[in-house]
Amino acid sequence: MKSFIYNKALGGKSGTIGLAVLAVILLLVFPLAMDNFRLNLVGKYLSLAFVAIGLVLCWGYGGILSLGQGMFWGLGGYCLAAFLKLEAARNIAAEAGSDQINALTTVGLPDFMDWNQITELPWFWYPFKSLPLTLILVFLVPTVLAYIIGTAMFKRRVSGVYFAIITQALCWTMELLFVTRQGWTGGINGITDLRTLLGWDIQDPGNQRILYFVTSLLLLGCVVLGRLILGSKLGKLLVAMRDTEGRVRFSGYDVANFKTFIFCVAAAMSALGGAMYVLNVGFMSPKLVTIEPSIYMVIFCAVGGRMSLLGAVYGTLAVSFGRTYFSESFPDLWLFLMGGVFILVTMVFPLGLAGMVDRLTGLVASKASAATDAPGLETPVSEPVSPPPA
Amino acid sequence: MHTTLAFLSIFEGYTGEEVRSIFVMQSFSGLSLFAVFLLMALGLAIIFGQMKVINMAHGEFLTIGAYTTVFMSDLVEKSVPSALPWYFPVAVVAAFFVAGAVGFVVEVGMIRFLYKRPLDTLLATFGLSMILQQVFRLIFGAREDSAVMPDWLMGSWALTEITEIPINGMFLLGTAIGVTGLVYLLMYRSRWGLRVRATVQNREMAGAVGINTKMTDRWTFALGCGIAGVAGAVFTTIGSVSPSAGQLYIVDTFLVVVFGGAGSLIGTIASAFAIAQSQSILEFFLDGVLAKVFILLTIVGILMIRPQGLVVSKIRR
Repeated sequence: MKSFIYNKALGGKSGTIGLAVLAVILLLVFPLAMDNFRLNLVGKYLSLAFVAIGLVLCWGYGGILSLGQGMFWGLGGYCLAAFLKLEAARNIAAEAGSDQINALTTVGLPDFMDWNQITELPWFWYPFKSLPLTLILVFLVPTVLAYIIGTAMFKRRVSGVYFAIITQALCWTMELLFVTRQGWTGGINGITDLRTLLGWDIQDPGNQRILYFVTSLLLLGCVVLGRLILGSKLGKLLVAMRDTEGRVRFSGYDVANFKTFIFCVAAAMSALGGAMYVLNVGFMSPKLVTIEPSIYMVIFCAVGGRMSLLGAVYGTLAVSFGRTYFSESFPDLWLFLMGGVFILVTMVFPLGLAGMVDRLTGLVASKASAATDAPGLETPVSEPVSPPPA
Repeated sequence: MHTTLAFLSIFEGYTGEEVRSIFVMQSFSGLSLFAVFLLMALGLAIIFGQMKVINMAHGEFLTIGAYTTVFMSDLVEKSVPSALPWYFPVAVVAAFFVAGAVGFVVEVGMIRFLYKRPLDTLLATFGLSMILQQVFRLIFGAREDSAVMPDWLMGSWALTEITEIPINGMFLLGTAIGVTGLVYLLMYRSRWGLRVRATVQNREMAGAVGINTKMTDRWTFALGCGIAGVAGAVFTTIGSVSPSAGQLYIVDTFLVVVFGGAGSLIGTIASAFAIAQSQSILEFFLDGVLAKVFILLTIVGILMIRPQGLVVSKIRR
């Protein structure tokens, strides 16, 4: 049992070291070195890293490039935001007292619904009155959507570029719907002014610190989960499907089911990230669900290394920090710099930061001529070639 | 029967002639949209359809064409105002060459290293699109620009007393048809087109019979970008241009190409026509966003049934 955990969940010696380093950075170094504001910022970035980890699984290993991960991330976020908004509406009503209720808003109705002349809570908002139900829906809604998309597409053998463009179109569709159905979703402003979770103040600096730790721990949990999946037979199958889908199919495996499964896992992880984002920042906006953020999420993953779960976290942090720093310090140049980084990473370092680290440690190891084999790091160097459309 | 009646009741209170003119003008606006989609998609049909390069910067090549036109119009307005009525055709040609030249450079510097990794071209060209947008912003400023239109492109042509057809719309349609014709001749009736198709279908074999496949790639990519430039130049007749304008087009463009069936000119034309007509008809009945959502979902649905698009080119791989 111990060896199972050590080998599979933690990824052997090198994997454990990598995970431990990340854990120390996230749980010790950042909280000690940063003030509350910066730490909250990191928490915000980390909630995007969930998507990047999901992309490592479905894109790096499964060969399924989705340009619509923002969809699942957003749905997860919106589900939790809906719960928080209803709570906020109840609080406002309670604070205002009975005499002012009518002047302010319909009791217990989110303010944006009131502004849009909606007098009754729409039926699909009802489940968000209960926290357990909301927590289930945070995962269920995006996963079911991913399952529908996945079954529909993979059974028809839509893959590669076509899948990427279709997910992009779906992402756009969802954004259009969320922006225009103002009374149901808060429109372009999104769902704002979220303060408490069951009376617990999420805007309070101390509590934000706690939220940061929760986010970090969940993220590390996702890394371990990803390791478990990749270490299993399923992980091998994923790589096999990515490289030669036809042969796996002829060996008797139902390729579509495996693809759908990993796509759903990625969607569920993204949804968790979306929910954590809402808790960290206190709002949800359709601007975060659009095509551009979805491409950014792919880029986080590409910069960190599409074959490395830990790399995805570092990639997200590096790109997000870079984006914040450079857009503040060099507003005219930062787009050049970011664009340049993307081109450089794609062309020269297709395995991203993780690939570079591997190469460096590989060099050191070979120089020391210590023939320590590193299981789990034997990532196939061959490029993920998307199979030609069947 | 009920639905037809409900449909017809929209036109209650109009005379027969008015209904006819609504239909004519509405279908013409569909045709203009068709021209827009076709022009946007032609370049990408070559780059993505033939070469399998996912060029996320395609919209920026449109913008290059549009800015070339704006630049020429400013230049002519300042130096030789008398030439103002006639600069436009020159600007369109210039847009073709400027966008084509940038495309050529991009192919040499970037795309040619990525042919074996089609999904990676997406990331790299997204980076390129960020860079190009910033270049536009630094050169032309962040606000919207527009070119001076010659008089003969303004106004509209009165078909009957109440039916009017805008001239710039007709010009757009004419250009779209003309460019499509040229692309057809080039791809299917010239030696060069033969080389392109041979390279796409079987690179090794094409190389073996003496085709310089690398140079073919290069010129094909440049041609696709050049056509995008022409499209951008012509779009200045119907709207202004801003540094991020290209982003508005990119998703639609990809959908047109994918829906039509990558690698098929007929498919691209058919899909541009189908999407444009259904969009303009639906917009008449629903609100714009719902029409868009409906069309996006329909396209995705049809792509599920026909994953290769409307027209499938039969190539043995």
